[in-house]
Amino acid sequence: MGVRVGKWLCLALLGGLVTPLAQAARIGEITQTNWQSQAIDFLTFSNPAVMHAIFGSLFLGTVCGLMGCFILVRKLALLGDTLSHAVLPGVALGFVWNMTKDPVAIFIGAVIAGLLGTVMTQLIRQTTILKEDTSLGLVLGGFYGIGIVLMRMVMNLEEGNKAGLDKFLFGQAAALSRGDVVVMGIIAVVTVLLVYLLYKELLVTSFDIAFARALGLPAQWIHYLVMILLAFAVVVALQAVGVVLVSAMLITPAAAAYLLTDRLSRMLLLAALFGAGAGLVGAFTSYLSTGLPTGPFMVLAATGIFIIAFFFGPRYGLVSRIMLKIMRQRRIQVENTLKAIFQVRERGGFKEEGVTLSDLAARRNVDGRVIEQEVRRLERGGFALIEAERLGILERSVFLTPRGWEQACKVVRNHRLWELYLTNAAKLQADHVHEDAEIIEHVLGDDIVMKLERRLDFPSRDPHGKLIPGQKDMERGFILSDEVNPVEVLP
Amino acid sequence: MVSRTIDGTKIESPLPLEIHDLTVAYRKTPVLYGIDLEIEPGQLVGIVGPNGAGKSTLIKACMGILPVSGGAVRIFGKPFSKAARRVGYVPQRESVDWDFPVTALDVVLMGRYGRLGLFQRPKATDREIARKCLDKVGMLSFEDRQISNLSGGQQQRVFLARALAQESDLYFMDEPFVGVDAATESAIITILQELRDMGKTLLVVHHDLATARTYFDSLILLNMRLVAYGKTEDVYTMDNLQRAYGGRLTILSDVAAVREEGK
Repeated sequence: MGVRVGKWLCLALLGGLVTPLAQAARIGEITQTNWQSQAIDFLTFSNPAVMHAIFGSLFLGTVCGLMGCFILVRKLALLGDTLSHAVLPGVALGFVWNMTKDPVAIFIGAVIAGLLGTVMTQLIRQTTILKEDTSLGLVLGGFYGIGIVLMRMVMNLEEGNKAGLDKFLFGQAAALSRGDVVVMGIIAVVTVLLVYLLYKELLVTSFDIAFARALGLPAQWIHYLVMILLAFAVVVALQAVGVVLVSAMLITPAAAAYLLTDRLSRMLLLAALFGAGAGLVGAFTSYLSTGLPTGPFMVLAATGIFIIAFFFGPRYGLVSRIMLKIMRQRRIQVENTLKAIFQVRERGGFKEEGVTLSDLAARRNVDGRVIEQEVRRLERGGFALIEAERLGILERSVFLTPRGWEQACKVVRNHRLWELYLTNAAKLQADHVHEDAEIIEHVLGDDIVMKLERRLDFPSRDPHGKLIPGQKDMERGFILSDEVNPVEVLP
Repeated sequence: MVSRTIDGTKIESPLPLEIHDLTVAYRKTPVLYGIDLEIEPGQLVGIVGPNGAGKSTLIKACMGILPVSGGAVRIFGKPFSKAARRVGYVPQRESVDWDFPVTALDVVLMGRYGRLGLFQRPKATDREIARKCLDKVGMLSFEDRQISNLSGGQQQRVFLARALAQESDLYFMDEPFVGVDAATESAIITILQELRDMGKTLLVVHHDLATARTYFDSLILLNMRLVAYGKTEDVYTMDNLQRAYGGRLTILSDVAAVREEGK
């Protein structure tokens, strides 16, 4: 049952495009036990195949994560896809070289084929009127077609059939030999080292190629280097991830990292971690399940990381943005209630400290239940206290705390300062400014308020003749209104 | 060559920029045709001409960003590749992706890269200089901002700070006043004039004829070929402007296209 569901899932994932060419081997076949002991085997490197799979997936994840960042910021994401398909003929010919799955020969063959594909893409674009996307599509299709035919021919040979070249299509970490992992390790070290050493050159050529040239940097050579390293990354990932999905291991970890940071150095670090993590998770999942290729699991793990970044990334994440919006709306609502309390008190000449809930509801133009909620929120935020009917108070009333008073003054001040600025400096009619001030009052920062006050020469009245509360009024905790008697606010 | 007499001895130093018979073509369409120029040091020079006149192309060709079809460019008497360190550059603001994951300070630090060897990283002194340059353009408080969170004028000032960090003797600037507000524009021109007063040479691509007259000491009037070059008051004549802006030289471009095909 599990097998059937897994196979169905895998086929659905790949769009049912290709039937796996042969039954894939799995690491778990070596020990037929339950999944817990398989997990222990996996995590304790119990046998060489597991060790190869773990190190292989770590190496490929790191390399793909790093190079993915560069193709992403250089807007070459599609090139990764074309390149990964273009290597296939090289894999077949690399095998034919001495009729074994010699990692070095296959590596060289694949890199040459990939780079040839890249050069062809450029050639088509530069010598014809065809655009980049078309030339990428042309090369992808052509090379992949040749690759499939060659693979078929090689697999029809006796040696080819045994070698398990089909792993190159969908990937099988279990099929990694010691030699494969050594080649992958060398490439990983070379890539990490070059990215570290040439960081500034890679950064400036990716960001601003014209400026890089104007600096006298060999921008063209750096571009070639990126292409070669990209081909390396594709080939490193080929056996474990498979031709079809390699480009996802390039793009997905890098895209997730891009959503989480805005420094290239951190993006590289994150993408390498995500890539390595996805590689490991993918290899492990494939190890646990039965006969399924590794590539899709690695890519799924990376996609999972991307989805988390997409929803929960602190700045660009969907959920985070919604949360921010809700919090902003809450704050605006709190500030509007505070302002209304100020206004009710202002209307009474600041003689009364408390504001009855019914007065407040009338001012806010909402019903009693809503005002109840709003006032409770003020109380929770430490802005106000609600007093029941007692002593002189006839109705339930709300009293501002010093904190609430200060905040109320600020909102009113922002509103009236902005109105004054619009009428005085921007020469708008006094009856045209209220709507705008309703929005601005919640977003004016202290520095802008200071500038406005200076510009307007520390005004005390708004265009409608109303008082603009100043710093002193906030600190004192009450308004020294035109009337002589100051009204104390709750301590 | 400029001749100067210091302490009674005549010292000859090469000009900041000498261009001889420069021709540049994009594929088969020629953009610049037989340009000759000799720029004296310590000048603020405006490059003015209609759209498609090859203003940006001229400065890009000088720096080897675009391949030239013919002619020679000498910077302080040397080919560009040998004099790159003495050249600063402000590209057009639209030429880069502002969503790129870098901060304002990262961008300005790039101005120091030309002085660092391969594999070398910016040192503390480079950071110090970069921060000073950001301060000079009034952007120090934004040093940690990712660059897409800056306004157009602020982005332009970051580019200018990067060029300042290059500490060059000859500057090429491509439309540094596009999309900036009046305050930024006057701040930028003040900085350019200060650089000029320090003896540096600046070539600035500019699209606004009205301000070109007041901003620059000299003007290069361009329309595929050099229409005029000289002191602003001499070049800024009705006759010259009409020659630069009045209609395309269709035959010249047609013949040039054929000439390219014949190559």
